[in-house]
Amino acid sequence: MAPHPLRGAAAVVGVADAAAPSGMLDGSVPQLEARMIREALDDAGLTLADVDGVSVNNGLGWAPSLELAERLGITPRWTDSTQTGGSSFEIHVQHAAAAIALGLAEVVVVVYASTPRSDFKAGTGGWGSRQAVGQNPQAEWERPHGLRMPMGAYALAASAHMHAYGTTSEQLAAIAVQTREWAAMNPRARLQERITVEDVLASPVEASPLHKLDCCLVTDGAGALVLTSAERARSLAKPPAFVLGAGTAHTHAMISQMPDLTETGGVVSGREAFRTAGLAPSDVDVVELYDSFTITVLLALEDLGFCAKGEGGAFVAEGPLGPGGALPTNTNGGGLAYTHPGQYGMFLLVEAVRQLRGEGGDRQVPGAEVALAHGSGGVLSALSTVILGTEATL
Amino acid sequence: MAPDSPPERNLPPQSVAGAPFWDATRDQRLVLPWCPACAAPHWYPRGFCPTCLSEDLEWRPSDGVGTVAAASVQPKPTERALGGRVPYAVALVDLDDGVRMLLQVVADDPWAVAVGDRVTVGWDPLPDGRHLPTAVAEG
Ligand SMILES: [Zn+2]
Repeated sequence: MAPHPLRGAAAVVGVADAAAPSGMLDGSVPQLEARMIREALDDAGLTLADVDGVSVNNGLGWAPSLELAERLGITPRWTDSTQTGGSSFEIHVQHAAAAIALGLAEVVVVVYASTPRSDFKAGTGGWGSRQAVGQNPQAEWERPHGLRMPMGAYALAASAHMHAYGTTSEQLAAIAVQTREWAAMNPRARLQERITVEDVLASPVEASPLHKLDCCLVTDGAGALVLTSAERARSLAKPPAFVLGAGTAHTHAMISQMPDLTETGGVVSGREAFRTAGLAPSDVDVVELYDSFTITVLLALEDLGFCAKGEGGAFVAEGPLGPGGALPTNTNGGGLAYTHPGQYGMFLLVEAVRQLRGEGGDRQVPGAEVALAHGSGGVLSALSTVILGTEATL
Repeated sequence: MAPDSPPERNLPPQSVAGAPFWDATRDQRLVLPWCPACAAPHWYPRGFCPTCLSEDLEWRPSDGVGTVAAASVQPKPTERALGGRVPYAVALVDLDDGVRMLLQVVADDPWAVAVGDRVTVGWDPLPDGRHLPTAVAEG
């Protein structure tokens, strides 16, 4: 069978991200976006003059990519403002790779910046997911009933998974424990102290069965990616991370409309990404999974095929996710311990690229050739999977 | 308002599509949007049938009996008026009619609310005369 036309047509050639142990960053969202784009272009050996496509999703204005390009003073011939929450950037990469494959753009920047922690401290509100955003079905049919969001929605999914498969709080806690082992090796991580399963269970209940240490951080954070064609990628400064496959699926917006609380659209997005890449879960060397909550990771492991449906609890309890484990996962410390500015998907991609380049430092997974980044947006609503590989995988 | 009077519940917005539902709650009646062509109810009200997209809908009464599909105890309230109730459980309830609703649970012990529990719809008054449906635990 001929390879999929998307496979290897484009590559990520520049990355940047910003996070700090304080959880706060200096600068406004537009300044941070510009800083990340500058650093990611420097990383690639390109300049703003090379950029002819932009992809951005922020809560600032009415048309994010128009406003970004105006601020940058450029005239893109390709544009994308797709907003699916935390998985937006995996979708941006999928769209950008397809556009580059068709010649609609040659150099695309994808950027994200958000400062919820600084905003809360300044009393100017947080990011969109915490605010009432006008009149919408959720305001009418869910919010009045007193479910804390977003953790309550994920708690309902955890409740259903526990009932269906006997998954335990200890097993969910094991995910947080293994993620923290990676964070302990990341000097930029917000939380760097190792924790135990007992620590997770002793932390306050936020929405049962989820404890505080099952939940992601609220920090400032920013990042950017630069993508270009495979041909041009080979002439640039760093080893390309080729886009081997990508897939997307969304199943609902409100948690009460989720078709099956124990299975996400990751079943579809993962299948599409692996099919495009011509690879299987056993080919993946390093895994970056959206970890808004520990249950998010457990569902992703099952839905992507790293273990069978219902066996995620027993799987993670064996300790495969941490340093030296069989399935190194969330090697930067994840949204649970590194940074989580509301839409974490950007940081999955940046870390995946760094691992493929061998730039992981203490956290480097030896010989990483294939990396998977799996975003989840909304309340397990929109899933998007990107598989990246080194030159050796083509 | 007297300083010690309890705060009132926030008013949920009322959409045009949801108005017949909210009107019935003034009499503590539970009605669901039905599509006669599909012979099925749906939730939430959106002004058309999500199966066949027909706008010819009827509102039919529900017995308001169902089963808990998922539950979560909230140790902190989402609005001031709920402060006196914590901890309380919130559940996804599968009504026997075939729709799933998110409802706050009325139970002596919220921590004991479990998947599979049978519940009956009850009513929580809102300041404007409408009522919010709740899930009243058996026993
Ligand atoms: Zn119909």
